[in-house]
Amino acid sequence: MGTLASVLEHAGFATVALSSIRGQIETTAPPRALHCDFPLGRPLGKPNEPEFQQKVITAAFSLLKEPTGPVLVDYPISIEDDADAPLSCVIPPADTSDRNPAASEALGLLPAWRRTQETYGRSTIGKVVTAEQVPDMLDLFARIGGGESWEDVGFPGDPTKIAADIKNFYEEAAISLADTPPSARRAESWFVNETLGGKTIQTARIKMKEADVNFYFWYYLLPMTQHHEINTK
Amino acid sequence: MSDEQLRTTLGGLKGFAFDDVPWTTPKPLYESRVAIVTTAGLRVESNADWNAGDQGFTQIPHDAENLTLAHYSPNFDRVGWVLDKNVVFPIDRLHELAEDGIIGSVAKTHISFMGAQPDHTLETIRLDSGPAAAKMLADDEVDLVLLTPV
Repeated sequence: MGTLASVLEHAGFATVALSSIRGQIETTAPPRALHCDFPLGRPLGKPNEPEFQQKVITAAFSLLKEPTGPVLVDYPISIEDDADAPLSCVIPPADTSDRNPAASEALGLLPAWRRTQETYGRSTIGKVVTAEQVPDMLDLFARIGGGESWEDVGFPGDPTKIAADIKNFYEEAAISLADTPPSARRAESWFVNETLGGKTIQTARIKMKEADVNFYFWYYLLPMTQHHEINTK
Repeated sequence: MSDEQLRTTLGGLKGFAFDDVPWTTPKPLYESRVAIVTTAGLRVESNADWNAGDQGFTQIPHDAENLTLAHYSPNFDRVGWVLDKNVVFPIDRLHELAEDGIIGSVAKTHISFMGAQPDHTLETIRLDSGPAAAKMLADDEVDLVLLTPV
């Protein structure tokens, strides 16, 4: 992002960049940057807290007073993610005894996912599949866990993108199941560590890695900090 | 504490810096027309897909309602975005600043690229899509750009 800021500044705009990874902003050296140690994915810090967000913007715009650059200033407030504190959610049971357990679990989450849609009006699902297709996709990942090659199970697109659709589906469903809006990475840790869907993808990821599948296709199935290497044999 | 691990890993990656830091003297804030340029990979459609390596950009009207975050990387939180788009794309905050007279106005159209590009030289952004985005901002008479990552 620092390079992009410099391109725009060169084109005649004054720019101020919010920074999320200090090492990168030091390397790319944009004209003005405010580094904020906030959870990655939340550059303004706190969702639905307009006053907090406005203070961050005010601090960023205050850098416009500096006479020369590059300017790199640290915002004085830090916010940590909560990956170490997975959500605790009860998943509604689905009446689908003939499905694999992960697919059944996902079917049970569909109403919660729809409630999140109605409440917030935004989804990040749709790279390859819809929310309604998530149970079927978990069937395919379960077959990889069972020993089939990922190329033979019939994915309708890039498996990393399908895995992202599944992860995002669970996280968005969790918003409606949790008592309070989840802080950063709580829903992610719940998905990976506490749900059958997450465990199904983790197992498939390890099977693909063990089978020497191209790095891209197994590495991006889950966040790199959620790669838990377990023995699947 | 996942972010701390990621910052350690990603903070050491290569990046491109210009030999001379460009510098534009800002207009007074209360006279400035402000645009957001984010690297979150936002789209104004239900297609949530953005390929790794795609250095193109999208245009985001200031009043767009149906925004999707399409970034390819799984390595950051998306729940915050679902709860409140302003935590990534603070368009409502800019409108408040304009109403209060702190900034001059809010651009009609904003821009999204996607960060975490495998090509750290960002050649396409530097030579092609970046200047093309700048032209659109100039056509909208933008003075000041606030850049937001994810």
